Amino acid sequence: MLQFVIRRLLWAIPTLLLVTFLVFVAIRVGTDPVQSYLRLNPRASAKKILQYREANGLVGSIPEQYLRWLGKFVTGNWGKSIKGSRPVWPSIKEALSNTFILGAFASVIGITVGLGIGIVASLKQYSKFDSASSAGAFIGLSIPPYISAVLLQLLFAYYFTKWFNTDGPFLPPSGEYPVGYTGGFNPVLRLKHLILPGTVVAIQTIAVYSRYMRASLLEVKNSDYMRTARAKGISETRVIVRHALRNAMIPIVTVAAIDVGAIIGGLIITERIFGYNGMGDFFLTAFENGDFPQLMPWLVLVVISLIAFNLLADVTYAFLDPRIRL
Amino acid sequence: MTDILKHEAAMAPVDPERELLTDPDEVNALVTSLSPGQMVVRRFRQHKVAMVALGVFLLIALWIILAPITARYGEIEILAPFNGKRGFNPPGSKAWFGTDELNRDLYSRVIWGGRVSLFIGLTVAVFSSIIGTAVGAIAGYRGGLIDDVLMRTTDLFLAFPTLVLLLVMRNLFDNISLLSWLFGDLKSIRFIIVLLVALSWMSVARIVRGAVLSLKEREFVEASVALGSSAPRIVLRHLIPNAIGPIIVSLTTSVVAAIVAESTLAFFGFGIDPVYRTSWGGLLGAAKGQVLTGKWWMIVFPGTIFVVTIMCINFIGDALRDAFDPKQGQGRR
Repeated sequence: MLQFVIRRLLWAIPTLLLVTFLVFVAIRVGTDPVQSYLRLNPRASAKKILQYREANGLVGSIPEQYLRWLGKFVTGNWGKSIKGSRPVWPSIKEALSNTFILGAFASVIGITVGLGIGIVASLKQYSKFDSASSAGAFIGLSIPPYISAVLLQLLFAYYFTKWFNTDGPFLPPSGEYPVGYTGGFNPVLRLKHLILPGTVVAIQTIAVYSRYMRASLLEVKNSDYMRTARAKGISETRVIVRHALRNAMIPIVTVAAIDVGAIIGGLIITERIFGYNGMGDFFLTAFENGDFPQLMPWLVLVVISLIAFNLLADVTYAFLDPRIRL
Repeated sequence: MTDILKHEAAMAPVDPERELLTDPDEVNALVTSLSPGQMVVRRFRQHKVAMVALGVFLLIALWIILAPITARYGEIEILAPFNGKRGFNPPGSKAWFGTDELNRDLYSRVIWGGRVSLFIGLTVAVFSSIIGTAVGAIAGYRGGLIDDVLMRTTDLFLAFPTLVLLLVMRNLFDNISLLSWLFGDLKSIRFIIVLLVALSWMSVARIVRGAVLSLKEREFVEASVALGSSAPRIVLRHLIPNAIGPIIVSLTTSVVAAIVAESTLAFFGFGIDPVYRTSWGGLLGAAKGQVLTGKWWMIVFPGTIFVVTIMCINFIGDALRDAFDPKQGQGRR
């Protein structure tokens, strides 16, 4: 096992280098940082532009530029954004923690509820609950997040505010705190701002996981060892919990690990609609501004998280299922 | 078959008026034999939800295709101010779905936008299925280097969040002047189609490759090789026709994926030029900021049509999957 992890980690380094190089080329060819600089400082002199090019390592061929960028990146010199010349690391750190909070909130609710629905649906296969949850999951999967997000904003931020005559919006439609809020961390306000974006993400998660869990448990339910367990005279609860659920959870845990790894870069739509300052919104803003110094660290973090959680998925699989040897 | 029938006939209560069938030819004439294609159609038609979904989808498609008749106003026609408003008129007799910020009729725009969305969805699905099938079949049959390169590239592309990939590739393709003959203008429908085809054929290729990998070990392929068939003949006459089920199912998923991808791009303002054309994604994007001031019609009408269409195609795809592969569909409905 340890050997496997070490081998995979060693493999991760060339993968990371290759991927960052490809992305570097794609972004360098696709967005011209000098253009985005000129857009923001239209009257910059030739000398200023040259200074800017040198500061951001934009001289020489693309492979040379990549190596220079890599050297700076590895030594922790992440540079400053083109727009507003803010240092990259503090803003990416803030975005990372915001996304982590939203992702954890939505995943915990979404996965728990989804698994619960899936378990009940498969234990009562072909019941009314089963068909209702299947239909619900189908609808949930067919509604893209941008539609559910806008509908939730309409209902909870506009109509509920009107009907209940609340001071501010019934549920805030954007941000992490009210506009102009300067106080410190306030869990109640924070939670209120999490509800709508969290629901949008949770709807999708619930739909996906209820289907996974139902399918996985149905497969286990019909296996021979379930019959054996019952024949041994074990109580039905114990059969379900210890024999069925434990085995049905194995594939789910691996899928969940990969999904959690994808959260870091994947909540773009929801975060943008709710003006939530997370990694997705960070990417989209940087992309729109052609902000090259912000885009690269973002992509590196996303790729690292993808690789790390994929490895975690494989390791947990081997840990949970003793038949798998790494 | 005949034996079972005879057996059943023998077990049934004897009807003295009715003669027992003993002639095998006569029995065979009663048992209608169906071609695999007919069996798929029959299984699909037994799927009630899918038949309803197909009906609804055809109605929507007809409503959209007949836009010159069904739409009340032009795609970008700005209505003269009415009810004292130059924009955001709520639904009424003059504009059934209300109007947008420029006083354009939303009902007509949902139809015109549907044309663009469905056209993009279907075109992307057809092209990516053709490319994906060709590459997947070759990779699966030949194996080796082509296969490795294809699979690793696909892994790489599938690992990234879709929207990130779409945006980065959009900029990249736009800046490679060698490709401008293929992509055309950045904000054109053509650009979106080529971009989506370039990114979505890989998942089709993956599915076809998987199907071909298992098919090529089967006896009929071995027989064909023994008879001296060339590789193209085996791929074209044996492998692809036998993999038609997964190909058609992935065609429906590609339609949904392309419509959703296009509307995601349009929603965030990276789609086709909204001045001249519109798509469902563009209409949904226009609703983004407006719901907070209560303009419910901006999201409710385009959103409903969009979700219903997506759901119909999903149901059709699901039923096709069951119809082509009834064994896999056990436990599903």
